[in-house]
Amino acid sequence: MNHFWAVAIKELRQIRRDRRTLMVMLFLPGFFLLLYGYALNFDIRHVALVVQDRDATAESRRLVSRFVESTYFELVGTATSDAEIGRALDSGVARAVLVIPEGFGHDLAQRMPVTVQVLLNGDNANTATTVLGYTTAVLREASIPAGASVTTRLALVEPRIWYNPELRSTLFLVPGLIAYLSMITAVVSTALSIVREKENGTMEQIRMAPISTPAFIIGKAAPYLVLSQISGILVILAAMVLFGLPMQGNWLTLNLVLAMFLIGAIGTGLLVSTIAETQQVAFQIGSLVAFLPTFVLSGFIFPIASMPIGLQYVSTVVPARYFLIALRGIVLKGSDLITVWPSVAALVVYAFLVMGLASLRLARR
Amino acid sequence: MSSIPAGDDPVAIRVEHLTRRFGAFTAVDDVSFEVKRGEVFGFLGSNGAGKSTTIRMLCGLLKPTSGRADVGGIDVGRDPEGVKRRIGYMSQRFSLYELLTVDQNIRFYGGLYGLSGERLARRRTFTLEMAGLVGRENVLTRTLSGGWRQRLALGCALLHEPPILFLDEPTGGVDPVSRRDFWRLIDDMARAGTTVLVTTHYLDEAERCDRVAIIHGGRIAAMGPTRELKRALAARRARADQDVLPTLEDVFIDVVTDAAGAGATT
Repeated sequence: MNHFWAVAIKELRQIRRDRRTLMVMLFLPGFFLLLYGYALNFDIRHVALVVQDRDATAESRRLVSRFVESTYFELVGTATSDAEIGRALDSGVARAVLVIPEGFGHDLAQRMPVTVQVLLNGDNANTATTVLGYTTAVLREASIPAGASVTTRLALVEPRIWYNPELRSTLFLVPGLIAYLSMITAVVSTALSIVREKENGTMEQIRMAPISTPAFIIGKAAPYLVLSQISGILVILAAMVLFGLPMQGNWLTLNLVLAMFLIGAIGTGLLVSTIAETQQVAFQIGSLVAFLPTFVLSGFIFPIASMPIGLQYVSTVVPARYFLIALRGIVLKGSDLITVWPSVAALVVYAFLVMGLASLRLARR
Repeated sequence: MSSIPAGDDPVAIRVEHLTRRFGAFTAVDDVSFEVKRGEVFGFLGSNGAGKSTTIRMLCGLLKPTSGRADVGGIDVGRDPEGVKRRIGYMSQRFSLYELLTVDQNIRFYGGLYGLSGERLARRRTFTLEMAGLVGRENVLTRTLSGGWRQRLALGCALLHEPPILFLDEPTGGVDPVSRRDFWRLIDDMARAGTTVLVTTHYLDEAERCDRVAIIHGGRIAAMGPTRELKRALAARRARADQDVLPTLEDVFIDVVTDAAGAGATT
């Protein structure tokens, strides 16, 4: 216990004098949240819409105004023929065309299945997918009676579900950013702090002392856990202020989940430090190890369900995957600890594994 | 907890057939020697001769492949942690934390060895006086020059009053005056009963040791008081002018070239 405190106090004193590390840990994540948060936004507003209303009834006009009132669409014109529709899409005047067939109002009144057609410009698959989502949402909200179906005809569009129920991609992406920024902060700062001791020779001096490896590791990791935790909470608060991330759940649960995730991240950083001999290498390996799995394999951007089966298995050892499930659950749905328990358990298992492995590797003689 | 019964064994370090291999490479090859209590024992050899590997095994940092070493009466292979409590270690890197003050460094290393309260205060005062840093307790370590750092590092290695001290090339990058002062400290400590094992490739430093072992290719090529090693060489050369002894450098070169010639046996 005394050993733990000796190491932890020493580490805190070092960090306090090392302003750069402190700034990097506490404020850089917030800055990156701002950058990525605005850049990684799939939301589109005021989509240029051309309408061909072959029905021209009160019902068909109501549907058009639904589109406009949603603010996702802006009515830029009407078309009277198929040729005009083609021209509108070709010239880029319209990103989307809504065709309401004759008899729409009549069928609706008769509670018969109605069909409308939506044509989308598919040159940018992401945008088209987003617009498709809006269309579907507007049509659903337009309370078309049960049995109504929507036909969409698209070119080059791969239908994938990117959205949360509110159709705001930010709400889906920001938790991923929080996971990535927390991960990279914890991994890199921990790895650097150990490798710095290797470079300065103090690591050797500590190994010559009668201090157990776990006491050293825990003393070393504790200050970084506290700092990463503060940093993570700051990023979450920033996400709420900047991007309107809701907080439906319990802060205590969120802190617990974040801490478990960070312990695993710090263990990962310790593992990286056993491979790297210089701070430069530690930084590069640390960033890569934090970046690639968290961005690609956690379900941050690419849904796990759409990955090849092999990658899906690989993703089961990526801690960010479980953190994301728990984080989205807590902030978006208000899930409690019992609901997110399986994810927390996975994070705890990961933390124990990497900490144990790092302990073994650092103790090796 | 602090005072360890030293026993009556006049031998502080006993090494028998110590060997360490890294894969196919044998870094330390069947090395045996003894160091008496209060002796200053020098390990002389060029880089890669096996000095550091030997020291690391004696400090409990590296497991011997075979052979045995008792340090302070403890088997290094069995109880490396017990050995660590009984030894002080200082390397040429003067492993101090540059972003901590002199005082914070002392407190950290004191904490590593479980010192606290009155004992820590007493040892802290001792270290500050020995290093000549009284009044500069709150100076950042990175602003200290080489000589000060060296003495502070030595003080930190001695905080727990170890009966045995390992010095791994302790005077690298230090000016001559500081080196002389440093060796005076070492002599004083040896007189007070501390056993010192020092590795070096400075021949003038080796001269200050009671005995030296010249290491070459992982083996001890020659061992004894420097004066005897010189005499033995002079006798072998059967020089006419017997009163002009060869220097330690002559001995070193003779031993190393000899060992290189005979080294092809294994």
